[in-house]
Amino acid sequence: METKIYSVSQINKYIKMVFDKNTFLYNISIRGEITNFKAHYTGHLYFTLKDETSSIKCVMFKGHADSIKFKVNDGMKVVIEGQVSVYESNGTYQIYCKKMMPEGLGELYLAYEQLKARLELEGLFDESHKKSLPFLPERVGIITSKTGAVIQDIINVTTRRYGKMNLLVYPATVQGVNVSETVIAGIKAFNKLNNVDVIIIARGGGSFEDLFGFNDEKLAREIYNSDIPIISAVGHETDFTICDFVSDLRAPTPSAAAELVYPQMSDLVIKLENYKNRSKQAILNYLDRKKEYVKRLKSSKLEKVPLDIINNYRLNIDSMLRSNENKLHLLLERSKSRYLQSVSKIDALSPLKTLTRGYVVAQDNDGTVIVKTNQVKSGDNLKLTFIDGKINVIVE
Amino acid sequence: MENETFEKSLEQLENIATELERGNLSLEKSIEIFEKGIKLSKECSEKLDKAEKRINLLVQTENGLEEEKFEIE
Repeated sequence: METKIYSVSQINKYIKMVFDKNTFLYNISIRGEITNFKAHYTGHLYFTLKDETSSIKCVMFKGHADSIKFKVNDGMKVVIEGQVSVYESNGTYQIYCKKMMPEGLGELYLAYEQLKARLELEGLFDESHKKSLPFLPERVGIITSKTGAVIQDIINVTTRRYGKMNLLVYPATVQGVNVSETVIAGIKAFNKLNNVDVIIIARGGGSFEDLFGFNDEKLAREIYNSDIPIISAVGHETDFTICDFVSDLRAPTPSAAAELVYPQMSDLVIKLENYKNRSKQAILNYLDRKKEYVKRLKSSKLEKVPLDIINNYRLNIDSMLRSNENKLHLLLERSKSRYLQSVSKIDALSPLKTLTRGYVVAQDNDGTVIVKTNQVKSGDNLKLTFIDGKINVIVE
Repeated sequence: MENETFEKSLEQLENIATELERGNLSLEKSIEIFEKGIKLSKECSEKLDKAEKRINLLVQTENGLEEEKFEIE
């Protein structure tokens, strides 16, 4: 019987297939301690999980690695969740991790995730409910430990940025079981006194367990119901708590919170000066422009035009008046002479004038003026008009 | 609160500067808002000047919450 010979890749492929078909290996939770931890620059994590007697290689690709909420170190005891499969090119089997939790915190994580999901669904994290921060707070309330680096950092940052800050510190327990209780008391106190414009809840970095007090439902509701805006500055940038989600603003660190509430004093002074100078310059320019305009108007023809026009009109009116006067005189003269002519003509034509010179007007019985001799025969009666009267005569 | 007026004053100041730079207003209006701007910037400067550095601690006493000077430890 002939033995079939396989290639290496064929056998590795087969083994991988056997692993991948196995439902037990497909999704499995494994407890162990991390060694040889390497965070590759691509974002993938490579490490080995071991217990007292054995170890297994693990890989966690970036997509899953990004969801880890804590810092992974060698020696850390964790519970991972993933699939055991084979890397064909070198024939090693390893765990392809999907989740990683610190061992012992599994339940806490679960509680955190559940609370977060519930409050989110309820709308406690809604952006629409978030209050805006005052631009320049009159006074800032800080809920934090009165000892330690956090309050010191905040004071340092605000001193550097603003100088004349007005801070009111509510001393709170920020570690252990009393966290939510004292932080709630602080929020209540500030809301009751109503003597600050913004509240910072601050705590330095720590483990998930250290910060767990800030994953409290009562605290979340107190923050949600606060009339004063609240900034959550709990832990480092990579740490997230319920307190962060429900607050009006999350600051990555307490120092960053201080930077968020107080503007840089020098910026304000520069801005003020800038606006003032701009206004001054603008009004000066404006006035200069107006002056220039008036000056131009005075010297330009534009300004002379109205007067010229008026003068022109005046001249026109005068000359019109003058010429009309002449015309009127002329007309009058003409009328006068025409009248005189007419009068003299009438005078000349008047029969009375002729009669005074000794002429007589002869008329027949019908009143027809006799001009020629053939108009009459002997025996006709004629009427003769003299200047002073009429007589009847008979033609011979 | 007063700090709102500070922000608003600063905003108004900027608007005034912009408006004046645009130069479309009448002479009277320009002078009017310029004077307003100067008044605002004076108020803002005074507010910044007169502020004092204060750090207090809220402490629970028999009489309730009281403020005392915060001593840096």
